[in-house]
Amino acid sequence: MARSVTTRRKAFNTAVAWAIGLLIFFPILWTILTSFKTEAQAIADPPVFLFFDWTLENYGVVMERSNYAKFLWNSIAIAGGSTLLGVLIAVPAAWSMAFVPSKRTKDILMWMLSTKMLPAVGVLYPIYLVFIKLGLLDTKFGLIVVLMLINLPIIVWMLYTYFREIPGEILEAARMDGAGLKEEIIHVLTPMALPGIASTVLLNLILAWNEAFWTLNLTAAQAAPLTAFIASYSSPEGLFFAKLSAASTMAIAPILILGWFSQKQLVRGLTFGAVK
Amino acid sequence: MYLRNALRAATALALIAGATHAETITIATVNNGDMIRMQGLSDEFTEKTGIEVEWVTLEENVLRQRVTTDITTKGGAFDIMTIGMYETPIWGKNGWLVPLDDLSEEYDAEDILPAMAGGLSYDGTLYAAPFYGESSMIMYRTDLMEQAGLEMPASPTWEFIREAAAKMTDRDAEINGICLRGKAGWGEGGAFITAMSNSFGARWFDEDWNAQFDSEAWKETLTFFSEMMNESGPAGYATNGFNENLSLFQQGKCGMWIDATVAASFVTNPNDSTVADKVGFALAPHKDGVEKNGNWLWAWALGIPAGTQKVDAAKQFVEWATSKDYIELVAGKEGWANVPPGARTSLYENPEYQKVPFAQMTLDSILSADPKNPTVDPVPYTGVQFAAIPEFAGIATEVSQEFSAVYAGQQTVDEALEKAQAITNDAMEAAGYR
Amino acid sequence: MATQHSRSAARLMMAPAVTLLLGWMLVPLAMTLYFSFKKYLPLRGGDLGWVGFENYVRFVTSSAFWPSIQTTLVIVGGVLVITTVLGVALALLLDQPMWGQGPVRILVIAPFFVMPTVSALVWKNMFMDPNYGLLADLWRAFGAEPVQWLSQASVPSIIMIVAWQWLPFATLILLTAIQSLDSEQLEAAEMDGAPSPKRFWYIILPHLGRAISVVILIQTIFLLGIFAEIFVTTGGAFGTKTLTYLIYQRVLESQNVGLGSAGGVYAIILANILAIFLMRIVGKNLDN
Repeated sequence: MARSVTTRRKAFNTAVAWAIGLLIFFPILWTILTSFKTEAQAIADPPVFLFFDWTLENYGVVMERSNYAKFLWNSIAIAGGSTLLGVLIAVPAAWSMAFVPSKRTKDILMWMLSTKMLPAVGVLYPIYLVFIKLGLLDTKFGLIVVLMLINLPIIVWMLYTYFREIPGEILEAARMDGAGLKEEIIHVLTPMALPGIASTVLLNLILAWNEAFWTLNLTAAQAAPLTAFIASYSSPEGLFFAKLSAASTMAIAPILILGWFSQKQLVRGLTFGAVK
Repeated sequence: MYLRNALRAATALALIAGATHAETITIATVNNGDMIRMQGLSDEFTEKTGIEVEWVTLEENVLRQRVTTDITTKGGAFDIMTIGMYETPIWGKNGWLVPLDDLSEEYDAEDILPAMAGGLSYDGTLYAAPFYGESSMIMYRTDLMEQAGLEMPASPTWEFIREAAAKMTDRDAEINGICLRGKAGWGEGGAFITAMSNSFGARWFDEDWNAQFDSEAWKETLTFFSEMMNESGPAGYATNGFNENLSLFQQGKCGMWIDATVAASFVTNPNDSTVADKVGFALAPHKDGVEKNGNWLWAWALGIPAGTQKVDAAKQFVEWATSKDYIELVAGKEGWANVPPGARTSLYENPEYQKVPFAQMTLDSILSADPKNPTVDPVPYTGVQFAAIPEFAGIATEVSQEFSAVYAGQQTVDEALEKAQAITNDAMEAAGYR
Repeated sequence: MATQHSRSAARLMMAPAVTLLLGWMLVPLAMTLYFSFKKYLPLRGGDLGWVGFENYVRFVTSSAFWPSIQTTLVIVGGVLVITTVLGVALALLLDQPMWGQGPVRILVIAPFFVMPTVSALVWKNMFMDPNYGLLADLWRAFGAEPVQWLSQASVPSIIMIVAWQWLPFATLILLTAIQSLDSEQLEAAEMDGAPSPKRFWYIILPHLGRAISVVILIQTIFLLGIFAEIFVTTGGAFGTKTLTYLIYQRVLESQNVGLGSAGGVYAIILANILAIFLMRIVGKNLDN
């Protein structure tokens, strides 16, 4: 950062970066704009950007038709629950891999990742049958468990890489002071790894929020999250771009807002051990 | 919202006080306009019976996948499923649906159109009650037809349609002579081309379940379809399904559209359609000299999975939603043109409904489709635009994908038919037919 | 440094995660294997007996099999190339001093927060629709014939949609890696008069090797399973049927669980072959 840059150079960077940023963001922006149009304006050619009669009609229609609050709560509960449960299980595992490494540590990590390779569509029947047997069909708990299992390898790997960056001497020192394993983890390790844990939590919230196969196929009326909400707007009869946009905006807004507020955390923390 | 919930709670309480057991049923349905309306009106059902209704509204493909998984595994996630004429007899045969042979006197099951009741029965027993029924017919722009100097016959031939389409087409004014389904999927373009092939004298299978895509009739069907659409169809028709064509027609971009009869109420509704007052209707076409018309027969119906604990409540809902009273209820709120069509004989005898411009043609189309005898040559299956066997949906989706590749200019008619033949015979072999 | 005591404690702490994942792997795997040797047709009575390797043979000899492998590799490869190359470029750009760095970063990473279903729906309807899509409007504005994206350029369209979703992920990881680069080293190179292409090639890129490996590894795992993007846009038509999609067709559309399960076993094999390749190629970067 000590490098000095000319203002001109900076202005040029700014212009290019903003142009590219807006281009990448444009589909989302367009969706949000369209959600405030009428159906006729939504398909107008030439398209209208900002100067149209802004209307909340589409949101009204969506709110009238669907119990958005219920879908939203289910999404929050399922994404949050599975992340929390995943972190609780992954912290001890990642700790032991990072601080008591054995020859097999890397193999175990790779094996964990490989459990993600079984295509979900191929095992829908077996899992559905298991869910019926266990009475987990259309329950939030069932989905929390499944999404936790799906994301557990990623959580373990991320935490492992953060833990490994913590110098072992600090733990030794703590041990010298007579700290037990539990104290070591709670009072020494966790505070140091907090930024890493935070970005792990964020990434997994996003992944769980957006998971659309199991959440759609293992739920009915009780536990259905926003992915099922979207499936009821995807292609009805007649013009639907504006209503689809409103529903889409409602489905992605919560996680988008969360992501924006925690952007710094994500940028700093998403390394997967890539930084040495 | 709050007030309604409060009311709902009050009614529920009152009913509990009256010793009625308040129940909640879960209904899986498709996100079509008529079903969305039913969802909105279901509060009235709750008020009347005290039975709460939870909706799982899904897009058609997702819905099929979801309910099929649940019924085959006996998952019991739903108390009522919205299914079609294809699924009902297959599921009924497997004993997965509650027979609807004890519906109440006032429901008047005899009133259900025989074609619909027949398609939703297995072995003479009704397994799902039709919410609405449809055939397909020609919807055309009367003004453009006049401009072209032509007159639509009551039962046109495909040759006439092709000629009219070419004359109506005006690319500069963004008017395509004809819009048809080219989208892959057995319920989309697959349904259209199958119904059309019937009117060219083609069939899916011979009586020993051998695929018939190597026949001259199929080649003629596919060649005719793709040539006509390339001449006069909209750009990108290979991905157009019902919904895409509906938008095009409503925006005045199609001269003719052959599709589901239920679309008639959407294209004549001035709120959504820019051409509402210029639409005429005619029977689906046939090839000169072939007596079968290219129209299909379909119903969206409500069935009750055999495993549900709430059979009585579910039956009450099915009766309510497919009753004459429900039709009256919709007519009172939205007008006669918007009632669910094609399910009941009495609807077509109602003088109020007879005033609706498309009522008679819808009925004529429904009556002209014969699922028991859909093709010129004999076939071992029932169903007009499908064969009512469990394997059909999968096979027809793959076959229609090959056809859509022809429409997109990615392969020739011969290549597609050759692949279709192989895919079909292969799948039928895997299922043990051959 | 690790004592016997801590070793057993470590094993104990790993147990829950390992056991759960083992179960999550073994139960579906065992059931998939079991079904794959059966004639299992849910709509025709369910379990119709053992058939040996018939499902395996039938799955491979189907005309759709090899094209589906090819499509899978093209889509995964295409997305990897686009996201890695553009990701490096974007990360370099975002690392430069500028005004409003934070907001720009937010714009760039936003697609990662969008559900695959939603992004597929938005791209399909509002951008790629040949009649009403924004891209069609754009093409027409220049007097050109609108492209029929999802039929005539189906695979590139899907690659584009998926790459749009995953570009933020690649950019984020690569950006973190670039920011960790010792700026003194770069300054020294600058002092020495090394031109920027050389600096990029000899200092920055080697430094990013590890990050690129991670991006490729993680994305491959996710990309092999993409489903919603295809289901929503083309439904497997126009040569967009990946292996995952083919399995979906066999299991859910054709209701042939046995055949689909055999496909599932092939998918696991393919994934493992790719994994071994990846380990060979990028795994070295992960060692240290």
